[in-house]
Amino acid sequence: MSVSSTITHGGQLPISGPAPRFGGGQRLRADLAGLSPTLVLYGAFIVLPMVFALFLSFTSWDVVGQLTWVGLSNWSRFISDPMAHNSLVVTLELAGLSWVIQTPLAMALGIFVAGKQRYRAVYAAIYILPLLMSTAGLALMWQGVLAPTFGGLAGLGNSLHLSFLNQNWLGDPRFTFFVIVGLITWQFVPFHTLIYQAGRRAIPAELYEAAKIDGAGPVQTFLHVTLPQLRYTIVTSSTLIIVGSLTYFDIIYILTLGGPNNTTEVLAMDMYNAGFVQTEFGYASVLGVVLGVLGIAVALTLVRLTGFGEMQSGQEGIS
Amino acid sequence: MSSAEVLPAAHGDGERHRRAAWLRSLRRSLRPTRVVAFVLGTLWLCVVLFPIYYMVLTSFRSQSQYLTANPWLPTGGLSLSSWANVFSSTGLLTDFVNSLLYTAGTIVLVVVLSLLAAFRIVRHSTRMAPISFRVILFGLAVPIQAVLIPIYVIMAKLQLYDTLIGLVLVTSAAQMAVAVLLTVNYVRLIPGELFDAMAVDGASERTVFLQLVWPMARPVVGVVSIFAGLGAWNNFILPLILTQSTSTTVLPLGLFQISTTNAGFGVNVPIVMAAVIFSVLPLLLLYLVLRRQFVKGIGGFALQ
Repeated sequence: MSVSSTITHGGQLPISGPAPRFGGGQRLRADLAGLSPTLVLYGAFIVLPMVFALFLSFTSWDVVGQLTWVGLSNWSRFISDPMAHNSLVVTLELAGLSWVIQTPLAMALGIFVAGKQRYRAVYAAIYILPLLMSTAGLALMWQGVLAPTFGGLAGLGNSLHLSFLNQNWLGDPRFTFFVIVGLITWQFVPFHTLIYQAGRRAIPAELYEAAKIDGAGPVQTFLHVTLPQLRYTIVTSSTLIIVGSLTYFDIIYILTLGGPNNTTEVLAMDMYNAGFVQTEFGYASVLGVVLGVLGIAVALTLVRLTGFGEMQSGQEGIS
Repeated sequence: MSSAEVLPAAHGDGERHRRAAWLRSLRRSLRPTRVVAFVLGTLWLCVVLFPIYYMVLTSFRSQSQYLTANPWLPTGGLSLSSWANVFSSTGLLTDFVNSLLYTAGTIVLVVVLSLLAAFRIVRHSTRMAPISFRVILFGLAVPIQAVLIPIYVIMAKLQLYDTLIGLVLVTSAAQMAVAVLLTVNYVRLIPGELFDAMAVDGASERTVFLQLVWPMARPVVGVVSIFAGLGAWNNFILPLILTQSTSTTVLPLGLFQISTTNAGFGVNVPIVMAAVIFSVLPLLLLYLVLRRQFVKGIGGFALQ
């Protein structure tokens, strides 16, 4: 649209989209001025690295020496590497178990704190505390609680004569994986509780009044009103839980380094070891690409499955 | 009948009503679902508070008290020696300042850039803006762990390895997708008439941004600040791979170093506990001030 047509339209409300206010060059310059800082930052540290990771996965490189093209050999190594298979399985188990535990727990707690009782507001304020802690701080706190012999849980076992509480929680292959799942739950349930609280509060009260008039009990009300109304909340929360636990690294690095017996060796840990410990940047990039593809696939699948994408593009159409 | 006789009767009536109302509310709160909710809610409260209580109590012990006293009761001696040690024998104060700079830098960069971008995306003049939006949204699905190796190489090439500025740039980029999503959805709510009115007055893009978008977007700026701030203050993996000197160590790494330098047989748990509490205190204070915005922000994120 030219400048003159803008003038003839001057003052009128645009029918669709904002009225262009300048000539072509100027319009592009306006968009560029606002967007380029974000695009440069984003391009340099997110988009470029994605392309670069894919490139590196076909090379052999230890950062200091010569970079050599090795074709698909890193990828064939990945396909036949039992360690990588183990990491993939551990990663998927961690994501699956996290979802199965966190979703009902966060939903129940979210609905609970959405209630009007004053004591629940106090509870909600305390529930948030884990969210304020850094993963490093949280991991070290639990390390103290779980330490064998002198730790908090062991001490409790001593006082109450419950000797099974005195275990090597972070070193015994029978427990460690589940302990890590438990700690991740402790860390992230508060965040998802807040999401479900907001979701529950957004349900119109009339729906509950109607259910009451129909004589629905608490279980029926939950199944026929609350659960269907929370579907978008469930999608958002589930996506965040699954993508988040696929890439989980911090607690595992601090507490177990993937051990004992690789029971907590997730893909992200494997990649860190390959890249920053063994300095095999080519092979580490393969693991990184797999991690990225896994994350993107899960996010896109969940979005497709639930029609969340249509909602999003519908919004774009309006603007 | 005198009015004096009526009054006590009315008074008794009110009393009866009040008692009935009280009984009703009691009966309501004793409904089985409410009781179960209270019990389970309290159980989770204990799960949340149990390790925190342990940590606070342990931080007020010396190493020898830690080895002898009951870990759950404040008997068997308390001492401030671990707290004194945190400030005197660790580099935690430097780490604290570094974390402060890192967090502040990230908040400023993320807030300003995402708002500028959101303004252009909503009031776009060319196709470039909506396309950029799609590209940025795609980043929501890309886990930062997937691109750690290239990021490390790029930072080394840019001479930004082991600098706080490098850390701020990468962390901001990682936060950008969420921030742009939040700000775009907020800026969309600003009525188009306001923009048009300013355009009629011949206001420049700069003026529109400074006098309309920025003031209107205050609430979302708070929310984005909280997200970006938490993302920087608590970040572990980016400082782990992008810094190495003591002069650039941030708090989470510093905590980890305290726990590993003391590792082995003589691990000093009380000092680690005091250090962890010290690292959480700033956020706790901020949370007490901004609680409502914090809760609304995360909830609002869900309802996007």
